[in-house]
Amino acid sequence: MVILRCRDASFAYDGNEVLSGLNFEINSGDYLCVVGENGSGKSTLIKGLLRLKPPCAGEVSVSGVAAGEVGYLPQQTAAQKDFPASAREVVLSGRLGARGILAFYTKADKSVCDENMRRLGVYDLRGSCFRELSGGQQRRVLLARALCAAKKLLILDEPAAGLDPAASRELYLIIEKLNRQDKMTIIMVSHDISGALQYSSHILHLNNSRLLYFGKTAGYAGSAAGAGLVGRRPDA
Amino acid sequence: MLKALFEMLSYPFMARALVVGLLVSLCASLLGVSLVLKRYSMIGDGLSHVGFGTLAAATVFNASPLLMAAPVVMAAAFLLLRLSENSQVRGDAGIALISNGSLAVGIMLISLTTGINIDVYNYMFGSILTMSAADVALSAVLASAVLAVFVLFYNKIFAVTFDESFARASGTNAGLYNSLLAVLTAVTIVLGMRMMGALLISSLIIFPAATSMRLCKTFKSVTICSASVSAACFLTGLAASFLFAAPTGASIVVANIAAFFIFCALKAGTRIARRTKQSGA
Repeated sequence: MVILRCRDASFAYDGNEVLSGLNFEINSGDYLCVVGENGSGKSTLIKGLLRLKPPCAGEVSVSGVAAGEVGYLPQQTAAQKDFPASAREVVLSGRLGARGILAFYTKADKSVCDENMRRLGVYDLRGSCFRELSGGQQRRVLLARALCAAKKLLILDEPAAGLDPAASRELYLIIEKLNRQDKMTIIMVSHDISGALQYSSHILHLNNSRLLYFGKTAGYAGSAAGAGLVGRRPDA
Repeated sequence: MLKALFEMLSYPFMARALVVGLLVSLCASLLGVSLVLKRYSMIGDGLSHVGFGTLAAATVFNASPLLMAAPVVMAAAFLLLRLSENSQVRGDAGIALISNGSLAVGIMLISLTTGINIDVYNYMFGSILTMSAADVALSAVLASAVLAVFVLFYNKIFAVTFDESFARASGTNAGLYNSLLAVLTAVTIVLGMRMMGALLISSLIIFPAATSMRLCKTFKSVTICSASVSAACFLTGLAASFLFAAPTGASIVVANIAAFFIFCALKAGTRIARRTKQSGA
């Protein structure tokens, strides 16, 4: 089942196109990795898929997932580094999308929150201060928050950025489990090519505002786009 | 001491100052938590200068200061928020431009007509004598509205403060809540400005939040602690200003400074205690 479709979609800031002519489909249960250099338009694509930024041409259509049902793990902001909040307060805020204007959490919200914290192994940290957690723990708390909002689709913007190899591997395994066991559709922006190749089912490679490669991960290494990044880099 | 406090409340202007001041301190400290965490502390400062300019204009045109200042400061709040979000002029520079600009215009307006007199001095440094009974009623209504809105939207305000992009992505209208914060801040500043003074009102927003963040580790405890600290500092400051005939606004700020350093010391104390415990174990 197609969950997300881009048809000739283009995105622009102040009239300058930063992405143009995107055509691809994401099926339910896919694990898509978005790769590309800095400035290739990855973050813009994520904003477009989250419907935070409308395309200037073409269309982005999402079926079967309402606006509040997308789980999103944004890049960490500077303000969060010294933010006084308990892990549970952070995770609970993932339920807000499901609430109306006057948002008070119900018992059901709290149990969804606790369940997701257990799922990611951060339940014991629920009373701890978010800023005092390690990088890996913070990322798992934020992922638990994303899961509180997500029904079918998780969008992750560089989830492993700034983590040490052990913590990022652990995070990748959690994401893989969510994809395999819970049938969660994953869209992940990543700079980590080897991680992307190891875990994803599909690769989307952006270069100079254009789609360079879209297809199964298995076919990527042999493609012209993949050749530049996989194992044959002159500096590698 | 207690007798002096009762004596203090027997003056109608002191009772009025107590009611309005307490409400404004609560509003400012609650909004302050979000503003400080969002790195918007200087918006309060900018708005109070805009408020000064408007009060000066109101004096010149013989208009009601409260009614004239509220809409202008609200408009300025929206403008400053936009500046901080996306603009050619960087947020902090934009705030400085607007704040100093309106201060200068205010001073020009006053010097064209009356010259620097006691009114202007009061606007800058605050006075508790300026409140009429009607002002108190209006202030009480507006401040209660600010408190009610804050409590009703507490969870949304947390979400928008902690992570705006996530809040947007999960279907929360972050722009709406940012505007709400701006409007509430504008109202609070206009209400508190005449008692605290245009130059000091923003400290009511920044100090209690910054103080409670020394020790508190959850958003809820920071919120509650900063409201309590703000109320306590206000009462201390008001009493001190009555007992020692000191300027009210400045006394309250000094009480806040003291609270800040006490919390810093407590934090250092808990750290040392933890370290000795760890090394002993």
